[in-house]
Order: sequence, then structure tokens, then C-alpha cells
Amino acid sequence: MTVHTQIEPVAGPEHLLKTQRGEPVTMLEAISEALFEEMVRDESVFLLGEDIGVYGGAFKVTRGFLEHFGERRVIDTPIAEGGFTGAAAGAAHMGLRPVVEIQFMDFISPAYDVITNYIATSLYRGAGPMPLVIRGPVGGGNRGGPFHSQNVEMAFFHTPGLKIVYPSNAYDAKGLLKAAIRDDNPVLFEEHKGLYRAPALREVLPDDDYTVPLGVAKTVRDGSDLTIVTYGAMVHKSLSAAETLDVEDGLSVEIVDLRTLLPMDDDAIVESVKKTGKLLIVHEDTRTGGIAGEIAIRVSEKAFEWLDGPILRVTAIDAPVPYSGSLEDYFLPQADDVITAARYLAAY
Amino acid sequence: MSDRSSYGLGRAELHELYRALTLTRAAEERLEILQKQGHVTGGLYRSLGQEAGAVGAAFALRRRDDGTGDFLAHTVRAAGALFLFGGELEDFFRQYMAKGSGPTRGREANLHWFDFQKGFVGPVSPLGTMIEIMAGITLTFRMRGEERIGMVFYGDGASSTGAWHEGLNFAAVQRCPLILMVENNQWAFSTPTHKNTRVATFADKGPGYGIGADSVDGTDVLEVFDTVRRAAALVRAGEGTRLVELRYFRRLGHAQHDPQEYVDPALIEEWEKRDPIAGYRDRMLRNEWATEEELSAIEEEVFERCRIAAESVVEEPNPDGPSAVYDVYTDLDIARPWTRAEPAVP
Ligand SMILES: Cc1ncc(C[n+]2csc(CCOP(=O)(O)OP(=O)(O)O)c2C)c(N)n1
Ligand SMILES: [Mg+2]
Repeated sequence: MTVHTQIEPVAGPEHLLKTQRGEPVTMLEAISEALFEEMVRDESVFLLGEDIGVYGGAFKVTRGFLEHFGERRVIDTPIAEGGFTGAAAGAAHMGLRPVVEIQFMDFISPAYDVITNYIATSLYRGAGPMPLVIRGPVGGGNRGGPFHSQNVEMAFFHTPGLKIVYPSNAYDAKGLLKAAIRDDNPVLFEEHKGLYRAPALREVLPDDDYTVPLGVAKTVRDGSDLTIVTYGAMVHKSLSAAETLDVEDGLSVEIVDLRTLLPMDDDAIVESVKKTGKLLIVHEDTRTGGIAGEIAIRVSEKAFEWLDGPILRVTAIDAPVPYSGSLEDYFLPQADDVITAARYLAAY
Repeated sequence: MSDRSSYGLGRAELHELYRALTLTRAAEERLEILQKQGHVTGGLYRSLGQEAGAVGAAFALRRRDDGTGDFLAHTVRAAGALFLFGGELEDFFRQYMAKGSGPTRGREANLHWFDFQKGFVGPVSPLGTMIEIMAGITLTFRMRGEERIGMVFYGDGASSTGAWHEGLNFAAVQRCPLILMVENNQWAFSTPTHKNTRVATFADKGPGYGIGADSVDGTDVLEVFDTVRRAAALVRAGEGTRLVELRYFRRLGHAQHDPQEYVDPALIEEWEKRDPIAGYRDRMLRNEWATEEELSAIEEEVFERCRIAAESVVEEPNPDGPSAVYDVYTDLDIARPWTRAEPAVP
């Protein structure tokens, strides 16, 4: 499925050419490389966001971009998420391909109006495609408290016309972001800040111009007893739970990483459920109205006969994200929760 | 006004201002020590060089602890105002250390806390929102015919948000008794003010909303006090909303993790010479409003208070994890994770 084409080596800041040199990159570096390579490839790609230029972004994703591409294509904006996301939409009408950074995705809320009412409806209203990407850090575990930790997918999931991507590793992040920038639909791109610099996720990426198609999930662990459908940081907690279940219980767990939440890869989910007969959904987002409900109904519609147990979910609790470590650890779903749920389901 | 003018303040009041200024700085310096020792959760925000803005402004309001006084919405850089409104030093440390004994019981960060009796409402992180909230709080004062007024702090960067505009416009139209205090420290994280606005001074924004506005040297505690006192009198007398710009400089990074390499060190040096606390101290001595002994005694007292408060709070317990489920609703407890119950049943 992945498309590979060779790219010409480009000149640029040292730290953005690690893949060209065959060096491993973190997920954050992979995202930076994707942005850099797309900007080199396509003049119409440009960046907007708070502190992305001189400072290189709150998480340094765009470090060196201002120096390389100049102020015309790397715009430090006023603190006005609604304003600059709307401006990005206008530029997209004119044939540019804006990539908007939201400093913390918790602060996307002022842009909710323009995203849901204007951007996502543009094509349907006859105003043409909307090739823009809105990306930024999400997720908890960093002791960031209620406003620097949220996952925002479900605030936007109910928005026809929008695509939502949420990678779990460097390879996917790079390929998905490139695909998102080339996509003619508006894409919300969530980057878990706990994965940005995770040492375990450093890997050497192909040095060609690969993309990862939107809307295609990936089976990251093969198994036969039980399916876990998950995405983002929870892929890693699920993988660690699966190891324990293998060693301690002899359970064979299959894990499907959604990668794109909207559109959802029903086929990949259904195929795995038909194989294992048991489904556990794991998401870091809060429980009520979380994506688990949508997955469960799709499986009920398409694979009911194959189910050998209830569809279960492991999620955060239905509260704002608390600040203190002890509260946040309780709030977030942990590998132990996945293990407990999997055992319950396996014994069902 | 001349260096000699104390704006009608007596000796005790002048000393109280000095105590509030030094308390702000000492409390924040103590936090840095706590952070180095690994006790602080999350980011640490300093108000170095901005202390006089918060202290002078809050000093001009009616501060009570019985729910009848004026009302403050502070920011993370206005600890001095919070302390003057009765925010406890211990709670300040508890919040930064995310202690279960703190006013938000570890659920919220740093200066984000509340006491409606004392008359303060802490900020949320999304910038600009508190203007809207304070519009409603002061609207209520007006509706009830109370003599109370409100004061909301926010940064130069926050002035760019839609919430700022909508909140201010609402307040202006409704003649809400509210003073907007813009902390123009010339930076919004790494973004200089000229990239957030084209006006030369934030006071220029007032006329666009039909309200009166002042701009004041935010390093001069007495000048701030006097400007805000006059603004408060107008607001209280029924003029409605006003704006006051505090002009100063953010001498440290946005937060402790920001080495602010984007700021010209010469500028920082220049502003160090205009330190609000050192300046006020000299002025007090020069005008014989205080003796060296009196000022040293205040400094000593404040330092000790901070040391003792911090040491006692360090020992206090972290919140109990399962208490995360309380207070999401007034009348319901949300579900605990079924995977942690015995036996586990979905
Ligand atoms: C709506 C929103 N967008 C982005 C942020 C992230 N952010 C936190 S503080 C800050 C800069 C604030 O600058 P300013 O208002 O001048 O206050 P200062 O830090 O200088 O006191 C930014 C961009 C936020 N808190 N809220
Ligand atoms: Mg500022």
C-alpha cells in the first residue's frame, strides 16, 4: 500500500537531513522531516502558528524552518487560533496548502467554528476542496493538567468532511503527514507529545519519498485469541500488555493500530475480529463518547456472528485531565488495565 | 508626579506595598529552589520585573474576605495581586507542588485557584477567556446594584484572542464595572508585541471599544497604584469598563524551561536597571519613608515566611489517585475503571 518514489537529495539544516544520512530519528524528527520535505517539494505548502518561526515551535518541530524558508512561508501568528485557521482556509481556496500548528491541541477550541462550519463543509457547499492540515501535540502523561493534555479527536469526529490522523510511531508519522499535506481534504493531525522524543521509537526511516495512505490501519502484532484496536500512545501500552499476556497467560493478542481515525478502516478491524472473535478497544481519550462506541457499532453491524464475547474498552475516566501525577496516573488507562480486560475477555 | 510624592499613602501603607513586592519575589525564588529539588509539578512562571504592576493595581481595590469586596482575576504573572487579595502563601506552594491539600486538590496547576469570599478567580490556560468571565461577574455586581468592581489581568499576547475582543466588547456595551489590566511585558512566549498588534500602546485599543484607557510605567508601584485608583473611581462611579496598560519587560523566559535566546541580552540588562523592587526601596530610603532597618526586617520576615511555608508544604501528601473521580458533577460520581475493581466486571 505504501507508495515509494525516490527523491533528489536536498540541502537544508543538518538536523532535518538525518534520514538522508541514514541516521535514526524520533517521531518528532520524522514529523519535522515530513514538513521540510513537503515544503521543499511544493512551493504552495506554508506554515502558520504561534512561536513556530523564531522559536521553532513550542516543541521545536519547526526549528530551522524560518531560516531556511523565510518569513513568507513560516508565519509567526498572533495568539488567535480562530483567526489564523480561518486565514489558512482562505489561502487554501486560493490554491495554497497551509499547515497550521496549534501550540497545544487543547487550544484548538477557538478554531472549532471555522473548522466545523466552514472548512469541513467547503467542498459540499460548492466552494471547492480544502487542502489544509491542522496539526499539533495532544495527550496526557506529562503532568500538563487540564489544558495541556487533552485528546481532541472526538470533538471533531462528528464532522463530515474532515479527516483525522493520529500516528503512533516515526515511520507512520512521516508518511501520514506527507499524505495529509497532499490530500485535498482538511486533515486534523494529532501528535502525542509523550511519543515525540520517546527513545524507544527512534528508527531509521527509508530515505525515499514514501507516504502512508490515509484511512488504512496496520496490524502491529499478529495474534489469534483476541483483538485490540487502538491508536497513538496506547499502541505502546497495548504492546507491552500483549507481551505480558503472552508470557504469563499464553494468550495470543493481535493489535490493530488505526493510524487514521476518520475515515476508519473498518475492513482491518472486521478482518481481525473474524479471526479472533474477541475485541478490546483501548483509547487514551475519555470514555463516554470515545471512539470505542463507534468501533463497537461497526463491528456489531459487520461481524456480529463472529463475536465470542462482549466488546470491551479500556479508556481514561470521564473527568477533566488532572494535574498531579498520582491523579493523572489514575485517570489514564494503564497497561495493567489492558491486561485485566484482556484476561476477562479471554476467559469469557 | 515627583519622586517625593507618596500619593497620599501613609508610612504603614508604603511598607505594606514593599512587603507585597518582596513577598512576590521571595515566593517565586523559593519555588525555583523547590523545583531544583524536584518538588514542582509542571512549568514554573516568574514575574521578575513585573511585580509592581500586580501589587500596585491590586492595592488600589477594596479587598475584603467576606464576599463583599472587589474581585480579581489574576494571571500566573500576578502573584502579587493574588497575595494581596488573601491568597495564602502555603496554597501557592501546594498548587505548584500539586498537593492534595491544595485548594484544587492537585487537579489544577499553579495560580489557577479560586476563593469567591476573598474575591478572586484563577485563570484557565486558554487565553482571553477570563475577560468574558469577569464581564459576567461584574455584570452581576451592576445588576444587583452592588458597589463592587472587577479587575482582570492578561498579557499582551492574550489581547489577540477572539475571547478578549468578545469579552471586552460585551463588558463595554453593558458598562460592566471592570478594569482590564494588560500586562505588556513585550513578549508572548517568543513572539514580540509588534507581531501581536500594530498599535503602539495597548491604551490605543480603548477608543475602538468606546472605553477609557490609561498606560502606565509598570515598574513604578506608586504610579500604578495611583493610575488604577483613579480608574477604579471612575469605574465604580458608573462609567463602566476601562483599560490600563502596564508597561514593563519579561526579564526571564516564558517559563523556566525557556532560556529566551530570542531576546537581546542588552535589553534584559537595560530593564534590570529598572528593577521595580530595588527602585522602590531606594525611593523609600531617599524620602525617609522607611529606615534601612525597617526594610531589612521586612525582607527577613518575608524570606522566613517563604522558607517555612515551603518546608511545611513539601511534607504534605499528594492526592489519592482514586479521588480523581470526585467533583465532575455536583450530584454524580463518575465510574471508576472497572479493570481496577475486585472482581473486574465491566
Ligand atoms: C488560546 C491559547 N492559545 C495558546 C496558548 C499557549 N500560550 C500560553 S502562554 C502564551 C503566551 C502568552 O503571552 P502573553 O499573553 O503576552 O502573556 P505573558 O506570558 O507574556 O505573561 C501562549 C501562546 C494559550 N494558553 N491559549
Ligand atoms: Mg506578554
